[in-house]
Amino acid sequence: MSGEGVSGCIPFKGVDMNQRAAMDEHRSVVPFWRNERVLKVLAQIVFVILVLAVGAWALTNYLERGLKFSYSFLDEEASFDLAEGIEFSPTDPYARAFLVGVLNTARVAAIGIVLATLVGLVTGIARLSKNWLVSKIAGVYIEIIRNIPLLVQLFLLYFAVIMKLPQIKEAFVLPGPVYISNRGIVLPWPRVAASFGLWWPFLVVALIGAVALLIIRGRSLKHTGRPSFNLLWVVTPLVAVPVLGWLLIPGNPLLLDLPEMVTKSGGVLKVEGGTALSSEFTALLLGLVVYTGAYIAEVVRAGILSVPRGQTEAARAQGFTNRQILSLIVLPQALRVIIPPLISQYLNLTKNSSLAIAIGFLDLYAVSQTMWNQSGRVVEVFFMIMASYLTMSLTISFVMNIVNRRMQIVER
Amino acid sequence: MDLRPEVLKPPRVEVGLLGWLKKNLFSTWYNALLTIFSLAFIYIVLRVIITWVVHDARWEVVVINLKVFMIGRYPREEAWRVLAGLGIVVFLAALTWIFRGAKGSPVKRWLMIGWLLSFPLIGILLRGFSRENRFLPLVSENVWSGLLLTLVLAIVGIIASFPLGVLLALGRRSKLPAIKVICTAYIETIRGVPLISVLFMSQLMLPLFLPPGLRLGTVMRALTGMTLFSAAYAAENVRGGLAAVPIGQYEAARAVGLNKVLVMALIVLPQALRTVIPAIVGQFISLFKDTTLVVIVGLLDLLGIAKAVTGQREFIGLHQEVYCFIAVLFFICCYAMSYASRRLEKVLGVGER
Repeated sequence: MSGEGVSGCIPFKGVDMNQRAAMDEHRSVVPFWRNERVLKVLAQIVFVILVLAVGAWALTNYLERGLKFSYSFLDEEASFDLAEGIEFSPTDPYARAFLVGVLNTARVAAIGIVLATLVGLVTGIARLSKNWLVSKIAGVYIEIIRNIPLLVQLFLLYFAVIMKLPQIKEAFVLPGPVYISNRGIVLPWPRVAASFGLWWPFLVVALIGAVALLIIRGRSLKHTGRPSFNLLWVVTPLVAVPVLGWLLIPGNPLLLDLPEMVTKSGGVLKVEGGTALSSEFTALLLGLVVYTGAYIAEVVRAGILSVPRGQTEAARAQGFTNRQILSLIVLPQALRVIIPPLISQYLNLTKNSSLAIAIGFLDLYAVSQTMWNQSGRVVEVFFMIMASYLTMSLTISFVMNIVNRRMQIVER
Repeated sequence: MDLRPEVLKPPRVEVGLLGWLKKNLFSTWYNALLTIFSLAFIYIVLRVIITWVVHDARWEVVVINLKVFMIGRYPREEAWRVLAGLGIVVFLAALTWIFRGAKGSPVKRWLMIGWLLSFPLIGILLRGFSRENRFLPLVSENVWSGLLLTLVLAIVGIIASFPLGVLLALGRRSKLPAIKVICTAYIETIRGVPLISVLFMSQLMLPLFLPPGLRLGTVMRALTGMTLFSAAYAAENVRGGLAAVPIGQYEAARAVGLNKVLVMALIVLPQALRTVIPAIVGQFISLFKDTTLVVIVGLLDLLGIAKAVTGQREFIGLHQEVYCFIAVLFFICCYAMSYASRRLEKVLGVGER
């Protein structure tokens, strides 16, 4: 190789000066509008100038209207009330109102992602069931949901189902007790008691213990190729230590707060205690879960079908049990296919939560709309919205990409 | 050791209705249990739905307002123009269907020209010229509503966004860093935020950034928003198609002596665009569903009209009937389109190598 290179170089070195000058001259003859290098730079400069010009034009139009760009309004008093989310009073500043919106969106998105994954998993597996009827029911669900716009489904759920539920005085009471009325759902919910302060160290210890065991198990798995103990042992401290703590300390650290119907002054009925899911939140969550669940079901189905049948057959021929085939052969390979589209479904769910505004749930958008109506700061609020969504999207893709990378390693 | 010949049991029934039932519904005890539960579930759901549809629902709200759902506030005396536009589309579709087999015949070229001309023609037909025009008086796009507006938004959105999407895709694949960064930033920003933010932006912010003399109506603003949004998704679809064109195609075309623009226009894009047709149809279906979001910025598309109808005094409280009707309408449209796109995929042979 190197010898060839050298021999290839020799005649070039032997080129005399005249010839070389002629070559240089020949090169410079190429006019600059034909010179690719110049053209490339020129094209970029023209493009950037065009983009900047449009931006500058838009900006001058904006400034000509006498509008300013400033975020000082964020410290001003909001003077509107928000019925959903963390504590908020009309005297709080705009910044806190925006935070309420962000947290409401994050809450509905986080719960929605977990529930939609469960629904999608169950439906996707049901779609592949050998039972003809089960598979067809799952198929009909998927087709119906995927072919109706989400907003129509939300309107149906909110105006045609939840708003038509009985009023609070005739609320459905499920065992628990769970109160269901057109004002939403009230569920029993654990409440922190006085002795919680003594209990939470146990939780921390349990978590540390479980993580330590997981690391030890992972090491032996890496070194010897087989785990030194069953995965169940990792779960043990997670359960045992808190239970031990519960028995040791006086009193219950957590109490179950049961909702109950009370009559307020003036004969107004109200359900107090527990945790209340507003009707808007319920409709939005249900809509998002049902809608995204159908899409995730298709993702799961495609993932499982992507594992060639021969893999299962080969594993069975080697004497793997059914459970081993699923957990060691099919799932690791299916997950590789499932996770990337799953990420985009999670992102879609988060973005779709913005439809909340149509049914009056106080998410990021609904709060922002009130904000720009009151303060007149449309552009500023918009930049905040965009930044919030991009942050949420990037967080989800960041976390899921880590998961994805882990799965890809399993491949080798 | 027992060496007597084994007496085999008669084989299980595996053919006929009984065999099918045994195999698909009652193969094991838990399968049988699942079947029974499913049957009970289907029975309950169907009973609830059928009693409601047949007995309780008051469908007169849909029957009375059928025209309102279709064309909304479009002037009744001008409704023939919508029908005429629909007629043009049906006529062209029928011709396309009849001549689908005729490969390379001049009829196909005429049909292509017909389709291309039909869009501006229908646009003029719907909008008219000026208020004084006797034959086609102006019907401003701001009074277009109902299913008509939904269709206009979706169709114009997909058509207008496509060239923009191709340019963005080419920009994203460009080797020139400045162009690549700007195009990528645009695509990723738009794809990272919900459609509703783009719509709000076009409704509220666009007027602020335009010169005071230039005013767009709400429908035009929504269309701008839909187009800008859809372009980012179209760009990603086209990019997929561009990536599917083998590199040898570029190299061969370059070797033959075509310059870069011609390579793109004559060799790469035609091949790339053919492979993205199913993806574009899928994008159209989701855009069609997404048009409902214009309700939130106050436009009266199909869903907006439905909301308005349920607000009328004589139809108050009939949300279930109205929204179910809308849902069924959307389902029929979208299901038909996705069915057609699956057929198209088969015809084009995408996914079959």
